This record gives sequence, C-alpha cells and structure tokens, in this order.
Amino acid sequence: MRQVIHFAAVYVLWVRELKKLFRSPSRIIGSLMTPLLFLIFLGFGLKNMALPGTPAGTTYTVFLVPGIIGMGLLFSSTFAGLSLLMDREFGFLKEIMVAPVNRISIVIGRILGGTTTGLMQAVLILLISLIFGMRIPSVLAFFSAIIFMILIAVAFIGMGLVFAAKMKDTFGFNLIVNFVIFPLFFLSGAMYSINNLPTWLRTLSYLDPLTYGVDGMRGALLGISTFPMPLDFFVLLFFSLIMVKLGAFFFERVESA
Amino acid sequence: MADAIKVESLVKRFNGFTAVNRISFSVKRGELFGLLGPNGAGKTTTINMLSTLIRPTSGKAYIDGFDISKNKNEVRNSIGMVFQEPALDGKLTGRENLYFHAMIYGLKKEERVARINEVLRLVELEDKGNFLVEKYSGGMKRRLEIARGLIHKPRVLFLDEPTLGLDTQTRRHIWDYIKRLNRDSGVTVILTTHYMEEADFLCDRIAIIDHGKIVALDTPKKLKDVLGGDVVRLEIDGGKSEKLAKKLKELKWVRTIRTYNGFVAVTTSHGEKRIPELIELGQQMKLKIKSVNLRKPSLEDVFLHFTGRVIREQEGSPIDMYKAVMRARGR
Repeated sequence: MRQVIHFAAVYVLWVRELKKLFRSPSRIIGSLMTPLLFLIFLGFGLKNMALPGTPAGTTYTVFLVPGIIGMGLLFSSTFAGLSLLMDREFGFLKEIMVAPVNRISIVIGRILGGTTTGLMQAVLILLISLIFGMRIPSVLAFFSAIIFMILIAVAFIGMGLVFAAKMKDTFGFNLIVNFVIFPLFFLSGAMYSINNLPTWLRTLSYLDPLTYGVDGMRGALLGISTFPMPLDFFVLLFFSLIMVKLGAFFFERVESA
Repeated sequence: MADAIKVESLVKRFNGFTAVNRISFSVKRGELFGLLGPNGAGKTTTINMLSTLIRPTSGKAYIDGFDISKNKNEVRNSIGMVFQEPALDGKLTGRENLYFHAMIYGLKKEERVARINEVLRLVELEDKGNFLVEKYSGGMKRRLEIARGLIHKPRVLFLDEPTLGLDTQTRRHIWDYIKRLNRDSGVTVILTTHYMEEADFLCDRIAIIDHGKIVALDTPKKLKDVLGGDVVRLEIDGGKSEKLAKKLKELKWVRTIRTYNGFVAVTTSHGEKRIPELIELGQQMKLKIKSVNLRKPSLEDVFLHFTGRVIREQEGSPIDMYKAVMRARGR
C-alpha cells in the first residue's frame, strides 16, 4: 500500500480525542490527581531533604516538578498507545481499520491526539505547581520544556503502540504497569538525581528515555541538569523516532479480529 | 459485469485451528445473501477476511472485482461494515460519528451534510442525531451503524449478526430497514446470523456454514424443499428414540429421519395422515410417546438435516461476556 498520509483520518482521530477529553472533565481531573498527590505529599514530606549538586535555594518540591510532569506523561502516553488495543477490539477504531486509510495514518492520528491531551495535562501540572513555589524563568525556558514534554509523549505513545500491537488481550496491562512503567519511572531520576544511584542502576537509567526527558525539563526550568541539554534533546528525539517507527511497523502487521 | 462477491477456496487457520476451510461462493449484485451457522462456524472470520481486516491463509476473494489481498484500498472503498459489537464512539453525537466517517471516506464538505441527513432519515434517527451515542438504545445504535455503513454509498454492505442482543420488536424493525435498503438502493448485502428466522425472512440465498465449511447453499425455499414435505417430530421417553428410528427406516413413506435429545424427526408428505400410523407403531413397540408435533420444515430442520445437529445458543465464554459488558457500557 502507498505510504501517503491520509490527513482527513489523522485530523478525525485528533479532533475526536480532544472532543472526548473536553466532554469528560472527570478524565482531566482524574489524570491530574495522581501526579498532584505525589507532588504535594513528597514535596512537603521531604521538603528539608538535602539535595546534593543543586544550587542553594532549590527546594525539593521545585526539584520534583519536572519529575512529576514526566511521570504524568509516562503513564498517560503509554496508556494512550495501549488503548489502541481496546479501540481495535471494541470501538471506533475497528471501523477505521476497514476504511480506505493506511495504518500509518492511524498511528500518526493516535500519537497526535495522545500528545495533545498529554501536553495539556503536563502544562496544567506546571501551572498548578506555581502555587508551590515553582517559577518559570523565561518564555524560552517554557517552550523548551514544552518540546521535551512533546518528545516524552511521542516516545511513550510509540512504546504503548508496540505493546498494543503485540498483545492479544487486555490482561497484560498490569504486567506492563509493574514491569515496564514503574521501573522506567524510578530509573528516570524523576524523584532524585540519578547521580545518587549505584553505578549498575545508573547504567540502566542511561537506557531510559524518560531520564533525558526529565533532565531536559529540569535544565530548561531550573537550570540544573545532569547532561547538557542538547544531549538530552537529541537522545530523546532519537528514542521517539525509534519508538514511532517500531509502533508503526508492528501496527502495520497487526490483524484485528 | 463481475459478481459483487466472489470467493474461491478461502482458508483461514489460527495456530493450527482451521476456522474457515476452503469455502467458495459468489454473490450477485443487489442480492441479499446470508451466512447461516452456529457460533464459531467461521462466519465472522469469513466476513473479516472479505473486509480486509484479516489476511486469508490461502485462497482468493474479490469484492466488486477487486482482489481482497492485492487491492485492499479499492475493496475498503467499496464496502460498508456493521460489526457484531457496536463500533461507535459513545462520547460523540450520532451526527459526529457519521461526520467523521464521511470525512475519512473523503466525502466533500457539502456532500457530507447532505448524505448524513439522508442516511439519518433512512434509519429514522433524524431527531436523535445531536444526542450523545452513549444515550442511545441498542436498537438505535445498530440503526446508526447501518446508517454509517451506507454514507459513502458502498457497493457491498457487510452485516455481522445485525440483530444480536436486540429484543424481538427491534429485531423486526432492523429487518425491515435491511430489506427496504436492499430493495431501494440496490446495495448488495451479505449478513451473518445464527438466527434461522432471520436468514429465512431476509435472504435471497443462504449458505449454511458449519465447522468452517459450506454444507448447503440455495434459496430458503429450495433448502426447505430438500427435506421434501412436512416434519413430524415425536418425543420418546427413556432414550428409546434410536430404537424407533431404526424401525422407521423400513417404512417407504419416510424420507429422512433424524434423532436428537430424545426426539425423532421424520420428514414425509402429508404428515397429518401419518401421525396415527406413527403412534400405533410406537405403541406396538411399547414406547412412551411424550409429545407429537407437526410442522412445515424450517431452516432449523434443514440445518439438522445437513449437519446432524441443532443450532443452539452456546454458553458465553469469558471473552464473550467481557465483550457483552463492554457493549453494555456503550464503548
């Protein structure tokens, strides 16, 4: 089949995602709750923890904000990718699978929709965190952070798509949460600097795309980063492209029945 | 002109299990064609192959002259599909569901609204178009899906168990829509069903499918004529039905005999005149006859004749029950 992107289908998948989001405010609130609980309780509870390697005056709460945004994106994006499995079996997507639309357009539409909703959630967390002492230094910093958020979303939606294409039913969801999502979250240094991890764990952290996303956001918003920001950007970009390619590759081969 | 559907020894295997086993048939343009068989007979698998959702293991099939393996896009453009489980978006209105569908099929902007109004009128949902689909009843959802399947003016409409899970009254309504649609717009319809009366009422021709094979294919009338006459069914007490069947085989006027679950079903002409004779025979053999029933043959009898079994609703598997729950939640 020709690899021409079917813009109408991409647009439909995107608009549909947004309409659904705005029609169920409970979904927005629900998606904000977990990250905010983490932020509030860890932020207050560990307020006086010493943070080696950060400039004086950086509170733990502020340090935690980019990590929590990363966490929110990791969860929502992976599930956005995985939900393709549900849609394929029960929903709207099944109908698109018999429409004259190539699979790559479906993948792009899903990534675009998931990224937009994920980004809205992330920006809302960032805005709420202003209450807890977070400051956005400049417009440039804000937009750099946005770029990292987008890349994180794309990378993990792609990952979710790969799982969705490989899974036959929804019973594997828990497995993915416990064996993939949580390890990725803890390895990323969302809650601490990965420099505090023993070497062997830190090596694993280097393989986690979220590490670079969180580090990049910290660099942009707080001016603290383990790696140089361009490195964060290119590594994460690379991961995202690979994940999208893989997601599209597996999805092309998927049979829906 | 090519047939609307042409299937040549189509096979689908799933991990060694043969779901569809070398079936061949063709459907003429404008025909209302039915695949009748029990759950798991391979009907949905066949439909899924024809609609390009899954790839056949071997064999060939053409929709409107297009090869389902080589010309997927052309095939997808010529078909409309209504799935067993509603594939609608509950959080969108009826109109939005239709609008998105029209966009995906590349309808021009002016055309979209006109077609949406047209198909909504056809299924009598024009006043419900702006409601969220999650508020729709089961019958309304099914009608909306049929409307959606028609928006892009497909040559062939696939209906997979179109009245599954609907109440009798709604089922009647859907039947009327399907018949009228086929008659007025000339769209070729291929449907799967495990309801005998549905196939009988709707279809011009029926393929009876069992264990992945077509066991009979003809008009409902001719299928029933195969049995030749009336069906007299006797219910025998104490598992002695085989014994009676054996004896009946010696009688000249008996055309076919089937036994199942303690019943003996005999086909013969002038069934009403044979009842006394049958009862007498039973009494001679000291059998206790619990009930006698005489009727014109139904497709159920035809199915029994060809497969030696009765179609019956099977117990739902956990997956089926899960799907039923999802359906109820309006996904």
